[in-house]
Amino acid sequence: MSDPTVADTRRLNSKPQDLTDAYGPPSNFLEIDVYDPQTIGVGRNRFTTYEVRMRTNLPIFKLKDSVVRRRYSDFEWLKNELERDSKIVVPPLPGKALKRQLPFRGDEGIFEESFIEERRVGLEQFINRLAGHPLAQNERCLHMFLQDESIDRNYIPGKVRK
Amino acid sequence: MSFFSFGQSAEIDIVLKDAETRKKVEHKTEDGKKDKYFLLYDGETVSGNVNVTLKNPGKRLEHQGIKMEFIGQIELYYDRGNHHEFVSLVKDLARPGELTQSQTFDFEFTHVEKPYESYTGQNVKLRYFLRATVSRRLNDISKEMDIVVHTLSTYPELNSSIKMEVGIEDCLHIEFEYNKSKYHLKDVIVGKIYFLLVRLKIRHMEIDIIKRETTGTGPNVYHENDTIAKYEIMDGAPVRGESIPIRLFLAGYEMTPTMRDINKKYSVRYYLNLVLIDEEERRYFKQQEITLWRKGDMVKKSMSHQAAIASQRFEGSSSAEKALAQAQAKEQEQ
Repeated sequence: MSDPTVADTRRLNSKPQDLTDAYGPPSNFLEIDVYDPQTIGVGRNRFTTYEVRMRTNLPIFKLKDSVVRRRYSDFEWLKNELERDSKIVVPPLPGKALKRQLPFRGDEGIFEESFIEERRVGLEQFINRLAGHPLAQNERCLHMFLQDESIDRNYIPGKVRK
Repeated sequence: MSFFSFGQSAEIDIVLKDAETRKKVEHKTEDGKKDKYFLLYDGETVSGNVNVTLKNPGKRLEHQGIKMEFIGQIELYYDRGNHHEFVSLVKDLARPGELTQSQTFDFEFTHVEKPYESYTGQNVKLRYFLRATVSRRLNDISKEMDIVVHTLSTYPELNSSIKMEVGIEDCLHIEFEYNKSKYHLKDVIVGKIYFLLVRLKIRHMEIDIIKRETTGTGPNVYHENDTIAKYEIMDGAPVRGESIPIRLFLAGYEMTPTMRDINKKYSVRYYLNLVLIDEEERRYFKQQEITLWRKGDMVKKSMSHQAAIASQRFEGSSSAEKALAQAQAKEQEQ
């Protein structure tokens, strides 16, 4: 009879793992790159766009590989949509840099190379953090931002049905 | 305190009958310090004597009676004035009169019921104590001695495992299993977490033990949560089909048995909190209550074994060793 004073610490039985699960690609692959900043337009009507490329194997996203062009205000739009419609705590965006938009600066302001690079890094961190959030993945605005060619600001907000 | 310099006062000292041999245990006081107190169990007789020592020998001490009380009470910190006494026993030691010299009185409370365990918590305290009082017209002289009571249980007849599938739809599905639902304080939690679906980037997983003290009733209920332990069980990203083992030794943590609705005043419950943390510091958790109970200490060795050890001191070593081996073999056969 086993000694009741010493506890049995042997592992519980578990199912052996399927080898395709163990060595196959993981089911949580999601990578978004924000790169190739392009400044379009002239003078006061200039603005910078960035390429946003998403690669994933999550079934909730219709396209497993998508590329779109977005500008800073598009990212702001996405943040506002999510803050209004969902209970998610949305990660912070890199700054608006209003000071840089004032006249009589010695440098290029918001078109300064170092600033664009700083902003690009911040936008990449923002979108990766957001796209990985299980609740954000249910929102139509996120899918439109990542995978539709352009953002339709008159869209009907709502949830994506799985 | 005596205001009259020519008055008489006394010192009281309470001594338990088996103070030499009785076990003492550490118990937290309200200000967080730890002190040692005598350990008593439910049903045990509480006996001993009280020494009343006169401060000014030669002077008489007039009194309205000397008594000994055994009290078990619950004190809620937000309602200090009201002590709820659930055990209150009194023994008169002396009728009103006078003491001409220091004196010792015997007392005995037979088979005292001590239904609850001593507990010092965040908002409530349950304590047992002996109080000797010399009653006087103006001011009583009294002395209290706290004792600690532990409530013991035996191995529960029914102790099913806890097994459940939880998750976020289409994102994360896990099945967790803990080998028992009732654990004693020196037990080991053996379990496993099996991943059915992993569409999140998990970075690590931990299991916490949370103690929740609940005081009050109706609209005035206070919950105090305290994380007693945090134990990392996985570092890295799991995939489907992986099984992560859990082995958590409880003896290293300061815990009490689960106390449910003690005298309708408070509860102390324990929960296992399984926490998964993803790459973006988002936390996903599942809480599950477990029942903790206190096991009695090991039974004393048989007399023959003790006699064999004692004989070793007097006889030659070889014969004593043989006697010891024989006693041990006999014990193992039983």
